[in-house]
Amino acid sequence: MGSELKVPTMAELFAAGQQPEVLFWVGCAGSFDDRAKKITKAFVKILNKANVSFAVLGTEESCTGDPAKRAGNEFLFQMQAVTNIEVMNAYGVKKVVTACPHCFNTLKNEYPGLGGNYEVVHHTQFLKGLLDEGRITMEGGTFKGKRITFHDPCYLGRANNVFEAPRDLIKKLDAELVEMKSCKTRGLCCGAGGSQMFKEPEKGDKDINIERTEQALGTQPEIIAAACPFCNTMMTDGVKNKEKEGSILVRDIAELIATAEDL
Amino acid sequence: MEYLPNILFAIVLIVGIGFFANNVKKLIRNIKLGKDVDVSDNKPQRWKNMTKIALGQTKMVVRPIPGILHILVYVGFIIINLEVLEIVIDGLLGTHRVFAGLGGLYNFLIASFEILAFLVILSVIIFWIRRNVIRLQRFIKPEMKGWPKNDGNMILYIELVLMCLFLSMNAADFQLQQFNTEHYTQAGSFPISQFLIPLFDGLSIETLIIIERSTWWLHIVGILFFLNYLYYSKHLHILLAFPNTYFGKLGAKGKIKNLDSVTKEVMLMMDPSADPYAAPTEDAAAPEKFGASDVKDLNWVQLLNAYTCTECGRCTSECPANLTGKKLSPRKIMMDTRDRLEEVGKNIDANKGDFIDDGKQLLGDYITNEELWACTSCNACTEACPVSIDPLSIIMDMRQFLVMEQSAAPSDLNNMMGNIENNGAPWPFNQMDRLNWKDES
Ligand code: SF4
Ligand code: SF4
Repeated sequence: MGSELKVPTMAELFAAGQQPEVLFWVGCAGSFDDRAKKITKAFVKILNKANVSFAVLGTEESCTGDPAKRAGNEFLFQMQAVTNIEVMNAYGVKKVVTACPHCFNTLKNEYPGLGGNYEVVHHTQFLKGLLDEGRITMEGGTFKGKRITFHDPCYLGRANNVFEAPRDLIKKLDAELVEMKSCKTRGLCCGAGGSQMFKEPEKGDKDINIERTEQALGTQPEIIAAACPFCNTMMTDGVKNKEKEGSILVRDIAELIATAEDL
Repeated sequence: MEYLPNILFAIVLIVGIGFFANNVKKLIRNIKLGKDVDVSDNKPQRWKNMTKIALGQTKMVVRPIPGILHILVYVGFIIINLEVLEIVIDGLLGTHRVFAGLGGLYNFLIASFEILAFLVILSVIIFWIRRNVIRLQRFIKPEMKGWPKNDGNMILYIELVLMCLFLSMNAADFQLQQFNTEHYTQAGSFPISQFLIPLFDGLSIETLIIIERSTWWLHIVGILFFLNYLYYSKHLHILLAFPNTYFGKLGAKGKIKNLDSVTKEVMLMMDPSADPYAAPTEDAAAPEKFGASDVKDLNWVQLLNAYTCTECGRCTSECPANLTGKKLSPRKIMMDTRDRLEEVGKNIDANKGDFIDDGKQLLGDYITNEELWACTSCNACTEACPVSIDPLSIIMDMRQFLVMEQSAAPSDLNNMMGNIENNGAPWPFNQMDRLNWKDES
């Protein structure tokens, strides 16, 4: 950790008469949650390294409204959406990348109906693109032969059929990708979606993240790879609950790549 | 008197089909109690889904054992309908094996019906064992007590009896053919039923005719009974799977439709030129109810979903909430919706076409808040459903009612929503601090 992060805002670029290639939608977790901020920074480091022209909205960004919508508050969701769309349209945003599958799903699928039409990609898809174009290379072998299992975020995988980009990236790390009992279309939720992140779970035999962590541990992984800040928290808590935090890491794919690149 | 059997047959047929038509009418009326929804888009994709999922059974084989057994029963069912056609013609015209003229093809057909009938019997027995001996988890969940359990077994018994009748009928017929009995055309090939012939050893031709006629009659009456049983059973899916997969959700599973009624109001609120104090115009329609608390608030595709549900429980066995012991079961959501819809339908019938408030509704009397709040909206249920049912859409609509009409969200969620409203984030942080991460080490 040394070099300053270059994080231009849309407002700055706009004032300078510039238009970035892509808007990086940071999301609430990525902006405020201590754990998720690390993912945000890892992703920015990669963007900086690859010389991607991007910008963030900064203080002009607001919650996409996803948790409100899944909780049933369509009003609040649409108010948020319309406000965000106004801001993005004013800047002429064409392409958006985000590290949060919930933001990704909402921006991609629910904003168009309210006048927000953008090309929306998830950061794993974006990183895969950079890799394919040769704008990032992954060498170093930090993860060579390590057993990594990937937890499919529901809103990335089943909800939007993005299964391969994250897996391709893990394989590119020279790691051994091991699949859990439930994966891809049959992946098991981490327990955070549908607004569950913000409330106590209903009564049951156990919490969902414990069940999922057990499945992950079943693969004897050294690393559990996530691609969603909420999944990341859920799996981290699960690993702690099983007292395995000493031996098993939970990392976002962007963090894995940043580490491999020694950024 | 000679025509008595033909007349009797015609009556049985008309009554059987008449009852069925009446049930279909009721079914359509009930489904139409739902709100309208536009599903006229993307027809090619819809046809493709129906062909693949309903006709091609692609989703069934995700679980190979029940999948393959189900395909056997399904193919057996479809093919045997050709046989039923022959029975109907014979019954009406007093002919016997009217298609016999097809010669070799006929022999081949009859032989394949027999083999299928045999495979169906085998599958049905295995299905029965899975339900009653092995007692697979998903068949013994709380919602599977009483009628749903009996219904599941009943279908297996009916199928078993029908297939046995079919094979005994053929066996008796084959025997009669060998005795060159008048009227019993020499036709068909009987790879399975020939093994039943020893059972008929020493029986007179008259007795054999009685056996053949009674199994023939029982077979067709059984089929008509089955047809009418459908409406009361999860077995309705053999018909509804087709329209249901056609009208099923298209596009990304994660996409939840934006409520148009809300958009209208939001746009008005955001419009700086709108007068916030303006009195509503005279002809303004009554404000729309947001979300769903009863079946009539759901759309007709959701109601069609409810009638289509086969109670297989594939959704529930993949549901993370259910897996970890929470009360939510997506299958129960569908069963409750159907039960309530039936109740509303009966109410309408009893009150000559009008629904009289019975003080009940889907929310609370059937589905509890606790179930609704346990859902993570993960879509595992919609992925697992072999007939494209979307339990999540009902859960979401009911949450909308809880939140927008009743302000009955759990308090944690109210805090979260308050934060979004005030700070633009689900946590109590200041929007102005949104970029602070940039400078933190
Ligand atoms: S969407 Fe809800 S009901 Fe369906 S499987 Fe997920 S948690 Fe269960
Ligand atoms: S909703 Fe679908 S998966 Fe669930 S029980 Fe009904 S038919 Fe089976």
